[in-house]
Amino acid sequence: MTSSLSRKGAAAAVGVFLIIVVIVQLLPFYVSLTSSLKERTDRSSQWVFPVADIFFGNFQSAIEDGNILRAIGNSAIITVISTVLVCVIGALAAYPLARRLTTFNTGITLANLGLIMIPPLSILVPLYTLLNQMQALNTYWGIILVMVTTQLPLSIFLYTAFMRSLPISVEEAATVDGANRLQLLFGIVFPMLKPVTATVVILTGVAVWNEFALSGYILTRPEMQTIAPAIASFFSVQSSNLPAASAASLLAVIPVLVAYLFLQRYFIKGMVAGAEK
Amino acid sequence: MSTIVPRRLPGRRRKGSTPLGGASINLLYVPALALFAVFTIYPLVNGVALSFTNWNGYSAERSGVGLDNYFRLFSDDTFRLVLVNTFIYGIGSTIIQQVLGLGLAVALDLKIRGRNIARAIIYLPVLVSPVVMGTMYYLLFQYNNGAFNDIVIALGGERVAWLSDSSAAIAIVVVVNSLQFVGISMIIYLAGLQSIPGELYEASSIDGATAFSQFRFISIPMLQPAFATSIVLNLIGGLKLFDVIQVLTGGGPGYSTNSVSTLIGVAYFDNQSAGYASAMGVVLFIVIVIFTLALNTLLNRRRLDQA
Repeated sequence: MTSSLSRKGAAAAVGVFLIIVVIVQLLPFYVSLTSSLKERTDRSSQWVFPVADIFFGNFQSAIEDGNILRAIGNSAIITVISTVLVCVIGALAAYPLARRLTTFNTGITLANLGLIMIPPLSILVPLYTLLNQMQALNTYWGIILVMVTTQLPLSIFLYTAFMRSLPISVEEAATVDGANRLQLLFGIVFPMLKPVTATVVILTGVAVWNEFALSGYILTRPEMQTIAPAIASFFSVQSSNLPAASAASLLAVIPVLVAYLFLQRYFIKGMVAGAEK
Repeated sequence: MSTIVPRRLPGRRRKGSTPLGGASINLLYVPALALFAVFTIYPLVNGVALSFTNWNGYSAERSGVGLDNYFRLFSDDTFRLVLVNTFIYGIGSTIIQQVLGLGLAVALDLKIRGRNIARAIIYLPVLVSPVVMGTMYYLLFQYNNGAFNDIVIALGGERVAWLSDSSAAIAIVVVVNSLQFVGISMIIYLAGLQSIPGELYEASSIDGATAFSQFRFISIPMLQPAFATSIVLNLIGGLKLFDVIQVLTGGGPGYSTNSVSTLIGVAYFDNQSAGYASAMGVVLFIVIVIFTLALNTLLNRRRLDQA
């Protein structure tokens, strides 16, 4: 009797704990939604949802003054191209690292993991100088090469680990059947990589879409800005116009949110795979 | 025996090599290595070289100053403060994320209604740019008309200047960063819990173990690899912290909430001391390497002890 009572109490405590954390996690989204739907002159509390008179003008001014649509477009171009390159270059690089285990290649595998530790800001000064000399500041190709380089170590790591788990006998059988090197790679190995590629696409896509530290310094011209720096600069210029800043923030979240709703299973799976080193 | 067999018969390969053949398949990683060489290694080496100069970031002139930048770093009160902040951001976030993440994982591992939606909501902020999270949290903490100050006033208190007090602002940055990324720790621990064989719990409950002792003596030891992954990931993330600070406090009031990362941007672009900024970058990198290696050694040794 007492044990079933204390069990009920424990279950209630767990429920309350979870509800509190869920509310806390939704709070910032709720508050930016309410303030983005009110006029700037509206001084009512942010807790109050404007049920009677919803105002969409903040979204309009975020789009017109904040250049938010342009920034979303830039982010989309940079994210898609970088992600494709990270998958292709990463999968290619992983093959010899997974299948030809010389001392040199093992060394490269280890060094590749070490690259993950380098903080982007600690190479900012020389990287900025280099891009300046290459005339790559404020260009798509400049930022794409930088994004690909910063995201490659994780992708190479994931592809290498996955390829090592694949049985080598399939490749041996194909060689016996007379497949040449290119046929082997593109016909046999790459098609087996679909599950790990889903993980790499999600991790790379989210990281590049949200990147701020390097893109903020490399892309300074307003028409080249990506979404995170665009929000940051819109926010610092418009700090008196918070409703528009929250509208801009919500616009930046929508694409990720839509992807998350449809691909939630893959997101969580991908995150686990990415985290379990 | 092996002397009789020729080293390589036609159509037979040495063990460990690939059906693709010889060393030429190493060509496949050349594009990746070329990118690393140009955009990571060269800047890293160049950054170390720049840290021994007094370069201002744009002029053609620079001269070697030896270790002066490094001596200056450690007599610079601002840098010392910012280094301490960086440790607080790194260690503080790591602690909150482990405690909360493990708690959430244990709770959401139970068969309760709505656990999938709860997992999805708690994980959601991981996908949002820290810049966006910072902007959204600013609405909660702002002085005038801020959501939290509305509550304070409703309770009869005075408005609190949350972000103008440096200790409070540092705590807020830690909490915001922890809440945003607690979903990663939660997922890592959930995966860890789900990989523990159920028989262990069944056998121990036949022996009369309580839920708490099961958690202490089965779950915690079996989660050792998950601890290592989650702690190292969170610590590296916290020590690199940049975006949230930039949006939420801009490093202020004064320099008091900067991390090493945000101070590098200030030193390079605002104060035109590129050499000095490079020295900070080198120190930050070394700090992260030391923390990661120390943690790896520590966590691996603990795992061996448990075995």
